[in-house]
Amino acid sequence: MDLSYSPEELAFRDEVRGWLKDNLPDDLRRKVAEYEELSRDDLLRWHRILAKKGWVAPSWPKEWGGTGWNVVQRYIFEEECGYAGTPPLIPFGLSMCAPVLIKFGTEAQKKRFLPRIYNGEDFWCQGYSEPGSGSDLASLKTKAVRQGDHYVVNGQKIWTTLAHYADWIFCLVRTDSESAKRQEGISFLLFDMKTPGITVRPLILLDGGHEVNEVFFDDVKVPVENLVFEEGKGWTVAKYLLGHERMGTGRIGASKRELTKLKEFAAAQKKDGKSMLEDARFRDKLSRVEVELMALEITNLRFLDQMRRSGNPPGADVSMLKIKGTEIQQTLSELMMQAVGPLAQPFRPVDAPVAARDDFDAFVASLAPRYGNMRKTTIYAGSNEIQRNIISKMTLGL
Amino acid sequence: MDFEYSEEQQLLADSVQRFIQKDYDFEARKKIVASDAGYSEDAWRTFAEMGLLGLPVPQDFGGFGGGALDLMAVMEAFGDGLVVEPYLPTVLGARIIAHAGAKAQQKAILPALAEGRMKLALAHTERNSRYDLAHVETTATPSEGGWLLSGEKRVVLGAPLADKLIVSAATSKRGFSLFLVDRTAPGVEVKAYRTFDEMRAGDVALDNVRVDKKALVGKKNAGLALVEEAVDFATALICAEAIGAMKSANDATLEYLKTRKQFGVPIGTFQALQHRMVDMYITAEQARSMACLAASKADSASDADDRRRAISAAKIKIADACRQISQEAIQLHGGMGMTEELKVSHAFRRLTMIAQQFGDADHHLERFAALG
Ligand SMILES: Cc1cc2nc3c(=O)[nH]c(=O)nc-3n(C[C@H](O)[C@H](O)[C@H](O)COP(=O)(O)OP(=O)(O)OC[C@H]3O[C@@H](n4cnc5c(N)ncnc54)[C@H](O)[C@@H]3O)c2cc1C
Repeated sequence: MDLSYSPEELAFRDEVRGWLKDNLPDDLRRKVAEYEELSRDDLLRWHRILAKKGWVAPSWPKEWGGTGWNVVQRYIFEEECGYAGTPPLIPFGLSMCAPVLIKFGTEAQKKRFLPRIYNGEDFWCQGYSEPGSGSDLASLKTKAVRQGDHYVVNGQKIWTTLAHYADWIFCLVRTDSESAKRQEGISFLLFDMKTPGITVRPLILLDGGHEVNEVFFDDVKVPVENLVFEEGKGWTVAKYLLGHERMGTGRIGASKRELTKLKEFAAAQKKDGKSMLEDARFRDKLSRVEVELMALEITNLRFLDQMRRSGNPPGADVSMLKIKGTEIQQTLSELMMQAVGPLAQPFRPVDAPVAARDDFDAFVASLAPRYGNMRKTTIYAGSNEIQRNIISKMTLGL
Repeated sequence: MDFEYSEEQQLLADSVQRFIQKDYDFEARKKIVASDAGYSEDAWRTFAEMGLLGLPVPQDFGGFGGGALDLMAVMEAFGDGLVVEPYLPTVLGARIIAHAGAKAQQKAILPALAEGRMKLALAHTERNSRYDLAHVETTATPSEGGWLLSGEKRVVLGAPLADKLIVSAATSKRGFSLFLVDRTAPGVEVKAYRTFDEMRAGDVALDNVRVDKKALVGKKNAGLALVEEAVDFATALICAEAIGAMKSANDATLEYLKTRKQFGVPIGTFQALQHRMVDMYITAEQARSMACLAASKADSASDADDRRRAISAAKIKIADACRQISQEAIQLHGGMGMTEELKVSHAFRRLTMIAQQFGDADHHLERFAALG
């Protein structure tokens, strides 16, 4: 047994690390580090920097711009981005819609969409969840009726992340409400967000932030050529995506960076004239989450090794990366907030926008909202309860 | 043994609950939070009329001379309604003035406070004090028969709304004293903000603020015992407030488990969620027990250590309960729990802050353990 990266892998890591150090713009690095909201431009700027380098879509086939890296290299790249604190690459186009098109799309669809996704010309969002269909996605009701060369879509999506930035949305819609198995009546459709009949309404989260939306469809005409794969096969498409590489879901790199930051930040907070790092109770909590993170990283590497040997993703067990990874992210945000004790209460200046008043410590004031915001991680992308159900059923056979 | 509220306490509790239902529901509260002042003058007047502001004021000064047990029912109802008015800081201030204020101070403040004409705030916490009540860097320098106060106070709850601040400042190497300072006095600058739990607070900068010798509250260098007693009292009150907010979060979650359907059934039929809800319920009951203990010992502990032990024990339990219940309530609501549209997310915000107010679980574990 050997738990370390090979010399080649280490060299690769250093190359990525060095490049990120030189190419991540300072303003973006600072915004991420200080938990500031990233604008559409911020997100796309970073996307395009990576696209120019040829690193924006490592897992795509080479002909469409993939890097040809193996799974370990892809993992290293993702974790290094997290560790450096780059803006996130919005996954909806790059790692959701694109893999689907690559696997199921027509040549025309690939030619039309993939280069634009690659270059960050189209911003995508994901329209799966509905008010009545969250964990139970297959119950979705948004209806698409075929009329000649287009579908007419009516219904509603909810929790659509960054729909207010998006040019395109990929949706699961019901094309057949008669089919015996409800999964069989679902299709995968691509919509231009500018199509008449689409309304986006913001949903404000408990931290006051706007990242998700409701999206309403009122007689929206979607050309039939925007159907991906066959009509009624949308569930197959969605399932393919779920089984698709989820090696980065543990977010080890980002959590390592947060841990380092937590240590630095706690060191600067005072209790009885000493640093919070010298407080045994606080220190124990910090060490515990650090140990959790070490365990998760090694678990992640074990999965990676397995995948490299077998050529297959580890299946249902990937759910444990999501469960543990999100719990660690939440704990880290909780400890950041705890580190400041009573000073965690301020939220926003009364008569100025956040950060507009220079005597207001916007960073400290962002810790409680961020802690609140991170509660989402155990809810979205398949809630942690659903992830446990998956392991229970698929791995343990319960 | 008697765990029931007295008839009077129950009547008061009922009338506060009615007020919350009728005039302070979630929609009304939203408007108050969004308003410029961040609190409702009407609500404050009603508090005065209902006798809530006179509750902590001694009878000699137009109040009811109530203790923590009397205030418990009010605070529980306020927790349920997530009331944002600066009641707690005003009660805290009244407690200090009633205990230690000079007659003239009491006369000038307490009747006005009971009638809703005056609000107070305790300006004590500083950048590096964390939860250590003895840590005061603000200074009081003798000058022309009075003092000059200089320093910076942080997160002074209710400061932007208060008429008078009770400011702690070091008067010798051995200790600090308390001073009454007008919020608008020359040299006082309040930097106001909204708090994460949607109240108003501020940082208070004091730059050579001149006060005369009548501003001293209690004896010189005797501030610590006063602040400690008052903060313990306030801690008992937020424990009561917490159980109100927890009940609101638990009720909403239970209702959601019964009505939200996925996979063709109410999500409350999933055993994975049932046990979580049961644990939330048990935690809330345990928290209620400790809130009762805290209020009772705040009123009638045999000595200061007896009080400290009980208050710390209660706050440990309440802080943990706040975290568990607020987190689970959001989780079991799924995406809906994350939006500001549901009241449960606002209970989350208040509970999150209560867990860290007047000492987090770690702070009280330390104090509890040290008491043997
Ligand atoms: C910030 C955020 C961003 C999101 N972004 C997107 C997006 O871009 N696109 C998109 O389509 N969706 C998005 N979602 C939606 C997300 O996928 C859903 O919130 C999630 O699937 C849960 O569904 P729900 O909210 O309806 O909760 P519900 O499914 O109603 O669940 C409520 C509770 O019941 C539990 N539960 C449900 N079923 C079971 C079961 N069988 N056993 C045990 N427990 C169960 C859940 O775990 C949860 O605790 C986002 C959500 C959030 C919060």
